[in-house]
Amino acid sequence: MSLQEEVDLLRTIPLFSRIEPSRLKLLAFTAQRLTFAPGDLLCRQGDEGDAAYIIITGDADVLVESESGAVKVATLGPNDLLGENAILCDVPRTATVKAVTKVETLMISKELFFQLVNQFPSISIEIMRELARRVEKTTTMLRDAMANRET
Amino acid sequence: MESTIYKFIFRYSRKEQVFILLFTLLSLPFYYASLDIPKLIVNNVLADPESLAPGSADLRTLVILGVPLGEMERLGLLALYCGLFLALVLANGGFKYVINVYKGLLGERMLRRLRYQLYSRILRFPSPHFRRVSSGELIPMVTQEVEPLGGFIGDALALPMYQGGLLITALFFIFMQDPLMGLASVALYPMQGWIIPKLQRQVNLLGKARVQEVRKVSERISETVQGVEELHANGMARWEAAEFAARMGRIFDIRYQIYRKKFFIKFLNNFLAQITPFFFYAIGGWFVIDGSLTLGGLVAVLAAYKDLPPPWKELLNHYQIREDSRIKYDQVVTQFAPAGMRSDAVVFDDREVTPFEGSLVATGVKYSEDDDTLIDGLNLDIPLDHHVAVTGDAVSGRDRIASLMARLVDAGQGRLAYGAEDAGDLPEATLGRRIGYVGPSTSLFSASLLDNLLYGLRQAPQAPRSVPQAMEGVVAREARERQLTANSPDDIEDDWVDLGLAGVDNRSGLIDAVRHALAVADFEDDVYRMGLRRQLDPAERPREAERLLEARRILEERLASDTLSGLVEPFDRGTYNTNATVGENLLFGTPVGDTFDLDRLPENDHIMSLLAGAGLTEEFLAMGCEVARTMVELFADLPADHEFFLQFSFISPDDLPEYRTLLAKVERSGEQDLDEQERQRFLALPFRLAPARHRLGLIDDAMQVRLIEVRHAFAEGLPEDLRGAIAFFDRAEYNSALSLQDNILFGKIAWGMAGSQAKVGTLMADVIRDLDLRPLVIELGLETGVGIGGARLTPAQRQKTAIARAVLKHPAIMVLSEATAMLDGASQAAVMDNLREEFRARALIWVVHRPSDAARFDQVLVMKDGKLAESGTFAELMDRTDSVLASLVAHE
Repeated sequence: MSLQEEVDLLRTIPLFSRIEPSRLKLLAFTAQRLTFAPGDLLCRQGDEGDAAYIIITGDADVLVESESGAVKVATLGPNDLLGENAILCDVPRTATVKAVTKVETLMISKELFFQLVNQFPSISIEIMRELARRVEKTTTMLRDAMANRET
Repeated sequence: MESTIYKFIFRYSRKEQVFILLFTLLSLPFYYASLDIPKLIVNNVLADPESLAPGSADLRTLVILGVPLGEMERLGLLALYCGLFLALVLANGGFKYVINVYKGLLGERMLRRLRYQLYSRILRFPSPHFRRVSSGELIPMVTQEVEPLGGFIGDALALPMYQGGLLITALFFIFMQDPLMGLASVALYPMQGWIIPKLQRQVNLLGKARVQEVRKVSERISETVQGVEELHANGMARWEAAEFAARMGRIFDIRYQIYRKKFFIKFLNNFLAQITPFFFYAIGGWFVIDGSLTLGGLVAVLAAYKDLPPPWKELLNHYQIREDSRIKYDQVVTQFAPAGMRSDAVVFDDREVTPFEGSLVATGVKYSEDDDTLIDGLNLDIPLDHHVAVTGDAVSGRDRIASLMARLVDAGQGRLAYGAEDAGDLPEATLGRRIGYVGPSTSLFSASLLDNLLYGLRQAPQAPRSVPQAMEGVVAREARERQLTANSPDDIEDDWVDLGLAGVDNRSGLIDAVRHALAVADFEDDVYRMGLRRQLDPAERPREAERLLEARRILEERLASDTLSGLVEPFDRGTYNTNATVGENLLFGTPVGDTFDLDRLPENDHIMSLLAGAGLTEEFLAMGCEVARTMVELFADLPADHEFFLQFSFISPDDLPEYRTLLAKVERSGEQDLDEQERQRFLALPFRLAPARHRLGLIDDAMQVRLIEVRHAFAEGLPEDLRGAIAFFDRAEYNSALSLQDNILFGKIAWGMAGSQAKVGTLMADVIRDLDLRPLVIELGLETGVGIGGARLTPAQRQKTAIARAVLKHPAIMVLSEATAMLDGASQAAVMDNLREEFRARALIWVVHRPSDAARFDQVLVMKDGKLAESGTFAELMDRTDSVLASLVAHE
């Protein structure tokens, strides 16, 4: 996959979709391509997070530790973004992600991401917008859920 | 040491000085004869005949040194005289050569003797003296300051005798002509002899001051070097610079005064020399007019006087050098006689003594430094199979206990004994074998780690070196020179390692013993890692190289398994390595030396002509433009000091604007418009591309195939003289230019495989263990150079080296003084346990830096204010009321 294809991939991720193409290209160029073998962990629940991953190919399970052991809560596939909370705020990983097949990812480290945001504030505005949209979406969902419960 | 330089010269070079003098005197007749012959040729041969009967042969008298030896024909005599002259010229040159060489030889020998004496005195200095004198002071004294003395020593006797002789001869001649004239010519000598030493003394004092100032400057510089971290951490460059400037100012003042006085002396001398002819003309002229002296007599006196100034000048000059040398010697020697120097016997001798059995006993031991009593009234009895911890606060004298027990310092009063042997007069070599000491700061020597570990085993030559027959003469001459100059008789090239002291009987046993010592010091893993980074020459160690190739094969097999495949991309001559750069792929080998330096491949004509031959130049140019375009696009908005440039960019921020201009030119009128230099700029870029990492999509499959063709062409067409500049990758061969781990790996760890470094590391460690290669790797690690003062090791590694060094020589008593302070907690505990085990049934005395560590020992000594406050087991002492130990532990 060439740089241009990676840029196209990044554009499909809502968090990055509105960032200018030239910045996105820099992000793609400086991001690292990281491949995980089946069974490798992309991240471990409770660890300090230092990077977000975008899956290019392959599938990975999202596992949450519970008292009765690890429970699979979702499966991630191509074009999915994971671990972005780690680079936006300092919270431990909320789940374990384990490669099911060989998983190719684009890794965006926290450090890299912050350097970009520091340098180009326009990026942070786009990200703020996307986050606000998420909050809005969550609020709507919560309101709907409350309404459903009342009825 | 002799108190003055003349005593030194007289004692060690009496015979040689007389020899120089005699030889000089012997040369004089030849010299005079050579001056005489031109005159004879002019007067006897060339002069027109006064009266010659026509037809009779023109015979001339042959005269040599004033003796007529017969008559000869004119031309024959000319030939004889000229031949003689030539012979004399050669003889004079020969004399001069022999005398100069001999003087030089004598000077060098005396200098060598003096330097050796000074150095061996440093070895005898009492330890506390090193707190008062710095290396910055000692170094110039032993090196530069004594250097001119060598030149002086050769001239010490011969020059004044010879020049004095000339002077007296000339004076004698003048006195013979006329006593009054004689008096006139020497009239000013007493004045010169009186005033010049006075002035000279002032110059001498200034010279002394200058020497001291210069010494202080070198001390300052060495302090700056040692304390450079403090200096920068405190931002003290300005203050230090001012300090230095002030010192230079003082030296400047002194030197300026010296010049003024020195040249005044010169002026005075010249004036006095010039004024004597004034007396001749005035007094002599008066005598001639008066009739009491003939004109011929006056002319002869004037001619003789011409010969006076040169020897006089030489004598005065010699006098100045002599004074200079006298002061230098005096100043150096007084610095090398501190109070409390150890005797030669204690430092250099060796003797076997009874094994240390029973107890280490101290009776009423008192130790002071600079009138400060640090240890007082110490009475101890430590059984030599006990493990004892010593503790106390920082001013309790606990560290001096360690120095005393290892006898690094001498007790001022009282008695210290190891079993039946009194500590006082035991030679250091004996103690070095019986006692291991590791202090809080470790000094390593700039050599390999192994040499540093074996340091304590090299007490005396064990076996003479094997000398090839051709070298025997040289070795014997070296030995004779050492003897002539009273230097150490030992040959440093002999085998000094005392295997018996390490408890082994051959070299491989020694390496096992070293490994054991490393294990005790918890140092083995570090050395193993150092070994992985070492290189190995397969020509020297074919067997080892073969075993490492085996490791390469097995690692490759294991890497081929399903879960691990793709972690390493192996070097394969027929396959393009996508994790390596284009440059690395083309070379397909490790550069040796600078010729094929990876960063400078684009400047290499050989490489560039190969690319042109493969028709790749234009493609490279296009790729270069594409790379430059991407870089300019990506990095244009970033500030020049942004971290991304360092990490990711192919183009440095300084060069970016230039590339932008060049790109604009390419856009405007195509690549063909670029001149040679501009093309170079673009051609250089693709060499650094690695497809797996850079994902610019420029090195496609077709390009990879073509690059492999260039790789083959490079290997096949490499001129003979460049073969040594690269070590090609060859699966079946050990690569001498790659590190050991890269040789086993023989490929590139794949870029972008999660956890690849760690996985490959574990796999490699397994292979090395399975093939039992660990000892080999450690052995190679031991060859690592430690740098100056061990600077290439961490402080913890230096301490571990010192501990292993002490363990290796199996001492009866091991003394440690805060020797693990630099180690991390786990390592400290491990080393303490290992040493307790290692020294089971031997004495272990440990000044612990944490009082609670004392709990692990059989007995605890608690020091307070230089006195032994408590002694007993840890539990006992903790239970006491008002326990000093308990309070130390509580405040830890």
